[in-house]
Amino acid sequence: MTQLESPFELVCPAGSLPALKGAVDNGADCVYLGFRDATNARNFAGLNFDDKAIAAGIAYAHARRRKVLLALNTYPQPGGEALWRGAIDRAASAGVDAVILADPGLMRYAAEFHPGLRLHLSVQGSATNVEAIEFYRREFGIARAVLPRVLSLAQVEQVVSNTAVEIEVFGFGSLCVMVEGRCALSSYAAGESPNTHGVCSPAGAVRWQQRPEGLEARLNGVLIDRYGPGEHASYPTLCKGRFEVAGETYYAIEEPASLNTLELLPTLMAMGVAAMKIEGRQRSPAYVAQVTRVWREAIDSARAGRFSAKPAWMAQLDAVAEGRQHTLGAYHRAWK
Amino acid sequence: MKLAIGPLLYYWPRATVMDFYEAVAAGPADVVYLGEAVCSRRHELRAADWLQVAGRLRDAGKEVVLSSMALIESGSDVAALRRLAAQEAFAVEANDMGAVGLLHGRPFVAGPHLNIYNAATLLLLHGLGARRWVMPLEMGQAGLEELQSTRPEGMETEVFALGRMPLAFSARCFTARQRNLPKDDCRFSCIEHPDGLDMTTRDGKPFLVLNGIQTQSASVCNLAAEFEALRTAGADVLRISPQSRHAMEVVALFDDLRRGRATPEAASRSLLPLLPGPACDGYWHGRPGLEWQAGSAA
Repeated sequence: MTQLESPFELVCPAGSLPALKGAVDNGADCVYLGFRDATNARNFAGLNFDDKAIAAGIAYAHARRRKVLLALNTYPQPGGEALWRGAIDRAASAGVDAVILADPGLMRYAAEFHPGLRLHLSVQGSATNVEAIEFYRREFGIARAVLPRVLSLAQVEQVVSNTAVEIEVFGFGSLCVMVEGRCALSSYAAGESPNTHGVCSPAGAVRWQQRPEGLEARLNGVLIDRYGPGEHASYPTLCKGRFEVAGETYYAIEEPASLNTLELLPTLMAMGVAAMKIEGRQRSPAYVAQVTRVWREAIDSARAGRFSAKPAWMAQLDAVAEGRQHTLGAYHRAWK
Repeated sequence: MKLAIGPLLYYWPRATVMDFYEAVAAGPADVVYLGEAVCSRRHELRAADWLQVAGRLRDAGKEVVLSSMALIESGSDVAALRRLAAQEAFAVEANDMGAVGLLHGRPFVAGPHLNIYNAATLLLLHGLGARRWVMPLEMGQAGLEELQSTRPEGMETEVFALGRMPLAFSARCFTARQRNLPKDDCRFSCIEHPDGLDMTTRDGKPFLVLNGIQTQSASVCNLAAEFEALRTAGADVLRISPQSRHAMEVVALFDDLRRGRATPEAASRSLLPLLPGPACDGYWHGRPGLEWQAGSAA
């Protein structure tokens, strides 16, 4: 394998300042984070950043020549635009290296009032093909697009080779089975979704109950799964529950498992993907540090042309994976 | 208020589709959305067939709009989208930003999957040529009223008023998965499920419906009881998403409603036995989508 000259960025999650430091110290090229409010698609209690923490995070990262990206990736709700526009202004004045946006109206605002601010299209923007990405480039001058986790390897390659926009893909973490930005399952069951509230299967709607039939996990009263003795119980993300279809009970949409594309890394780099995103702003600083360390090592060995997916790397990633299982998801055509 | 027949979301046999649109041509709907909006593997009707149906409906006095697919991934999907955008005989409903880009400058309908949640985005789409927008499924009365207060001049508003709601799209085909088949060899399983494949919880409650790569609500959105509120909020078009049974009776009930021949409450009640599942209207009331408020009020 030839040595790669093009930059390839490792983009890691930070739900807190300790997580940001863990990412930077273990080799992230970029850290992405969000404000502590509804402008952020990981709006969890006790996580995320206020202005002071962002300033500290940017100072820490920039001193080590790493970048900070700010996710403003929910859709401004009717009448609430001021909060989102204010967040763009705050991000620009804090000196972030880019903002990650999904909403076209907000992009227009950013492009108009902060023309020097680099724009990334969030995965929540649902751009799954080259025409959609080119639309955002022509209208708002986006520099990068994050692809939803629904494309096969061949489809990723086709997108990369037909646009000048940098392409970022998901490498590791929770697998969103549905096209991001196009899923209202959570609000259907529990009233809040990624688009409207920045949450999926919100924790406040989760109830656990031990019953004679087993341990039940419900989301706003909807039975997502039921576990027998000794069965590993997962967080009741609604598309990863067991349901009954045509008389059969199974994971009708997807098993609880994490996406892990480590074995595809050299292929993705060779096809010209610009950046690899690690999911998990809701996870601990220890998770961020461990996953970042493995991916840094893997990317460096791929760049040096001597990559193989080491069993030790896979073991370390599986240890923090959902259900301790991993999948190639849609990158692998047979998954579909 | 105009009545629209939304795009057919299921895979029905060719003859059934043809019969259905003959009935639509003779019925009171004003607007008809046509075309395969869910899965490019569905081939009972090809693009040329849809154009033929479109011509037939236009001759019958209907406004015809060709719907683009919501999830466009492959090179062949993109090529089909380019052909759709290039034809000038009929207007197009854009359900993906790629379609918006290709339609730039021409009048189009901004479909329900474009995520128009705020005034700035609505204005932007209007500037790009949208002459009608379809409210996102998750939005309710409060959101609609807020957006209508700043609606651009000349922009029509359409609301999904009846049918199983298309809630999510995936690369994976869940209907094929149920039969342990890969999507590439799905054996067109969807054709056996004219209203989708029911998915219930382990305690036997209907929850979602699998329709190929699309996931729908098992409950059926029914906003007939909200007719006056919809009119007050300035909804110009009500969308009826076709189900396999009683579709024309449903259209007739909405026609009675807009002509004052039935009260909203009576029409809403009359609709219930015609639906393929329990009714819901939670989103309209700012609640979880699966809830049924009109029912509890009655």
